[in-house]
Amino acid sequence: MNKSPILRVEEYSKHFELHEQGKVIPSSHNVNLEVYDGQLTALIGPTGAGKSTVLKGIYRTYLATSGRILFRTKNDHEIDLTQADEHQILELRRDEIGFVTQFLHALPRQATEDVVAQPLVQRGMNKTQAREIARETLYDLNLPERLWGISPATFSGGEKQRVNLARGLVSRPRLFLLDEPTASLDPKTTERVIRLIENLKNDGIAMLAIFHHPELVERMADHVVELAPPIGIEKMLQEIA
Amino acid sequence: MDKVLEVNKLSKIYGSGCPSCFELTGPEYNTNICPRCGSVVAAHDVSFELYKGEILGIMGESGSGKSTAVKCLYFDQEPSSGSASFFNEGQQYDLFTMNAAQQRRLSNHRFGMVYQNPHLGLNFDISAGGNIAERLLMSDVDNYAEIRSRATGLLSRTEVLPERMDELPKNFSGGMQQRVQIAKVLATNPPLLFLDEVTTGLDLSVQAAILDLILEIQQEKQTAMIVVTHDLGVIRLLAGRTLVMKYGRVIESGLTDQVLEDPQHTYTQRLVASAL
Repeated sequence: MNKSPILRVEEYSKHFELHEQGKVIPSSHNVNLEVYDGQLTALIGPTGAGKSTVLKGIYRTYLATSGRILFRTKNDHEIDLTQADEHQILELRRDEIGFVTQFLHALPRQATEDVVAQPLVQRGMNKTQAREIARETLYDLNLPERLWGISPATFSGGEKQRVNLARGLVSRPRLFLLDEPTASLDPKTTERVIRLIENLKNDGIAMLAIFHHPELVERMADHVVELAPPIGIEKMLQEIA
Repeated sequence: MDKVLEVNKLSKIYGSGCPSCFELTGPEYNTNICPRCGSVVAAHDVSFELYKGEILGIMGESGSGKSTAVKCLYFDQEPSSGSASFFNEGQQYDLFTMNAAQQRRLSNHRFGMVYQNPHLGLNFDISAGGNIAERLLMSDVDNYAEIRSRATGLLSRTEVLPERMDELPKNFSGGMQQRVQIAKVLATNPPLLFLDEVTTGLDLSVQAAILDLILEIQQEKQTAMIVVTHDLGVIRLLAGRTLVMKYGRVIESGLTDQVLEDPQHTYTQRLVASAL
């Protein structure tokens, strides 16, 4: 396991410019953090502090306004994710960086086990084998077997969340971004997820996570980074002027 | 990763053109008609790369130039300027400097185009199977039994009943016609597919099935595709990267989730906001 951080976020800021309304919405401001192999860094802070924005910035769903996001690849290259070529980002998403959000984006026509198997199929694994691994993971997450063959579109929040987690887990990324992975789970399932996260840590997988419950941060986090809501627009404008 | 296509500064003007055409048109002028000479700047400075197995979305409203760009690449239209290279089996083809015969050979063998209007992609005077046979013959398959069996395989792959192989396309529903069109372009196993508004105007359930088919083909064959559409849903579902066009210009490009969740250009922001 490498001792240097797999991810370093340096002075990352993100604001949204809404041209139609002529508004600038600050979201994350001057964020610094590090994530290490086999360890979990937790992002905490009040609503509006820009926690999810940081995760989306790392995944490049959001473009950065300023700052650097340095990722150490499996080949030990350091890449600034804010600047990297789009194809490079797509490759990293496929092979090295996983993201589990609170929301499930899946085709309404796909069976749950296929939704979960998809990241493996995309990497070139054959469908039967990928589905096998998907089933094992769904079993680990305590999702009833009768649901595996149907689409997750009609599932409850907690069930959808487990499908989402399962999809992230099968792909075994080197860096795992987790946005409230247990938000809508019952205590028993939450315990299972915690155990799975512990296993991931033991396997050397690095994680950056936002947890809904403070006690989970207490239990799981090796590092805690607290974000404050960004300074108001008025102040930003004053600074620019 | 293998590069399949590289397009550099592709432009297309309809009309005589003048030195002011590019300066006085585009999103900032809210027009693609040159005020000096009246020419239409359908596309200007379109550049992008496409890799194996990748689906690139080109999004924009009608008249934005998205179809023009693709038609130039498929040799349906001649570009006014720019270059494009196609890479296949270790060879590089400069699309716009080849002669017509070479271009035809490439579009028949290595490219596939699926049109919104099946009348453009299919010959309506011959059967569904005949349409596929036509494409196979162009690519030098000329054994009757082999053509028959390949056509059957392609039609079942695209979920058209092989029993209907000898019917004319006009007997098929719109969704079925699209499937036959797709079966036809797949006949030569092309590494590059162009899909121009292929689901526009179809029933939602039929749209969904066609989109699923496209994704399956991408996964099975690692086909590179360019998907032209005005439908954000289609882009979201199919494309890994997206170009947004307006008045002939690419105003924004990026990873599809980024373009949809963090659009930078005023126009894209409006487009995304109106879809929600």
